[in-house]
Amino acid sequence: MQFKSHRVMGGILELAQRYRDEGADELVFYDITASPEGRSVDRSWISRVAAELDIPFCVAGGIRSARAAEEVLAAGADKISINTPALENPQLINELARRFGSQCVVIGIDSKLGEKDYTVYMNTGDPERMSQAPRLTLDWVREVQDRGAGEIVLNCMSHDGVRTGYDLEQLKKVRESSLVPLVASGGAGSQEHFLQVFTDARVDGALAATVFHSGSIRLPDLKRYLKANKVQVRQ
Amino acid sequence: MSVAVIDSGGANIGSVMFALQRLGVSGELTRDHGCIRSASRVILPGVGAAADAMTRLRDYGLDELIPTLTQPVLGICLGMQLLFEHSDEGDVECLGVLPGKVERMSAAENLPVPHMGWNTVAPLGELPLLAGVENQYFYFVHGYAVTGSASAMATSEYGTRFVSVAARDNFFATQFHPERSGAPGARLLANFLGE
Repeated sequence: MQFKSHRVMGGILELAQRYRDEGADELVFYDITASPEGRSVDRSWISRVAAELDIPFCVAGGIRSARAAEEVLAAGADKISINTPALENPQLINELARRFGSQCVVIGIDSKLGEKDYTVYMNTGDPERMSQAPRLTLDWVREVQDRGAGEIVLNCMSHDGVRTGYDLEQLKKVRESSLVPLVASGGAGSQEHFLQVFTDARVDGALAATVFHSGSIRLPDLKRYLKANKVQVRQ
Repeated sequence: MSVAVIDSGGANIGSVMFALQRLGVSGELTRDHGCIRSASRVILPGVGAAADAMTRLRDYGLDELIPTLTQPVLGICLGMQLLFEHSDEGDVECLGVLPGKVERMSAAENLPVPHMGWNTVAPLGELPLLAGVENQYFYFVHGYAVTGSASAMATSEYGTRFVSVAARDNFFATQFHPERSGAPGARLLANFLGE
C-alpha cells in the first residue's frame, strides 16, 4: 500500500500498525512531493514507521545519491524506490545496485499512453512541475533492468485514483519486458481488480492506497478472496 | 544479554536494530573487535552486494575476526552468504565459515529474479532455531543463493531448491529476513537469542 497524501505523522503510524496487523505483505512509503520540492524524504518519519513494522518497508522520495540511500536504509528501510531521480540521472541506478545490491533498488515508473506509445512522466507529485520524461515506457523498463534495478513498480497514471481496475493492457506489455518482479499500481477499486491483475497481467504484487486507507477493502477479506480464487497468498 | 550487530555499512541495519528492540533487547551497532568478541550474540546483517561488503569487512579486519568467534553468530541474507566460501556476486572469496558457494539464481518462467517476497521454509531436521516456525512464510529479497551445502538445515523452493537456513557449530544463517518476517521472524530471532 501507498501513503500518498500529506498526513500528520500520527495518522501514518496508525495506518502502518493497522496494515501490519491485518496482514499486509509490504508497506511502501512515498513522499511524492519530495522530488518536485527538491528535497529528500524525512529520515525521522522512516525510523518511526520502521520501528513499528515487522514486514518489508520500502521508501521513496527524492533519493538522489548513494549517500541519501544509505541514510534511508540506516533509518530502517529495507528497499529504496526511485523514480524522478533515476530519470534525471540514470547512472544512479547502476551506482545504487553496485553499492547495495539490486534486491533493494526499486524503480517506480509513472506511465500512461502518449502520442506514440506508453510514455514515462516525472515529478508527478506536483501537477505544475510534472513533465514528460524523454523515455518510452518499454524502453525505460528494459534500461532500468540493464542498469541493475531489482523491482519495478508501474504506476499507470490514467487509472490512478479512479478505482476502475488496474491498467491490464499496459501491465501485460510491461510484464513481457520485465524479468524482475513487477508490482502493479493505480486503479484498484474492488477485490475483483486484484484477482484480475494477478491472473491476467501476472504481476508479482499489487499496490493500492485509497481502497485500504478508506477501509472499502479490508486486507483479511481480500486475502481470503484471492486464496479462494487460487492466487497464492500469505495468510 | 548483549547483542553486537556488525556494522558493515550500507546494510539494512535499522530494521535489525528495531527487531531486537521489539524483543526487548538493545543491540549495539559496532565494528569494534573487543565489543564483538565479548558480546553474547553476534548478528551479521545484510542488504548489499557481496564484493562491496567483503571489502568493507577486510578494511576493518572483521574478515579475520568473524571466523574465530565462539558465541552464537547469525548471518542474515547477504550476511548469510558472506559466511560461505565464495560468492559469484563480484567473484569474491568470503569468510569460509560454512561450506559451499553462492551462485546467481537463474530466472525461470514466471519466476523473476531477484526472488522478492514471502516464501515457506522447510526444515531438513530438528533445529532449535526453527522451533515453532516450521513451514511458515518468511520474507526473502535476494538474487544469489546457495543451492547445496553440508550445513543446510532448511530449504525453500523458487524455481530451484536453495538453502534458506544453514548452521554449523555456533554459526547460524538465514537467507530470508527474520526482522521483516512478521511473527515467525520474531520467534526465530527469539530462538537465536535463546541459543
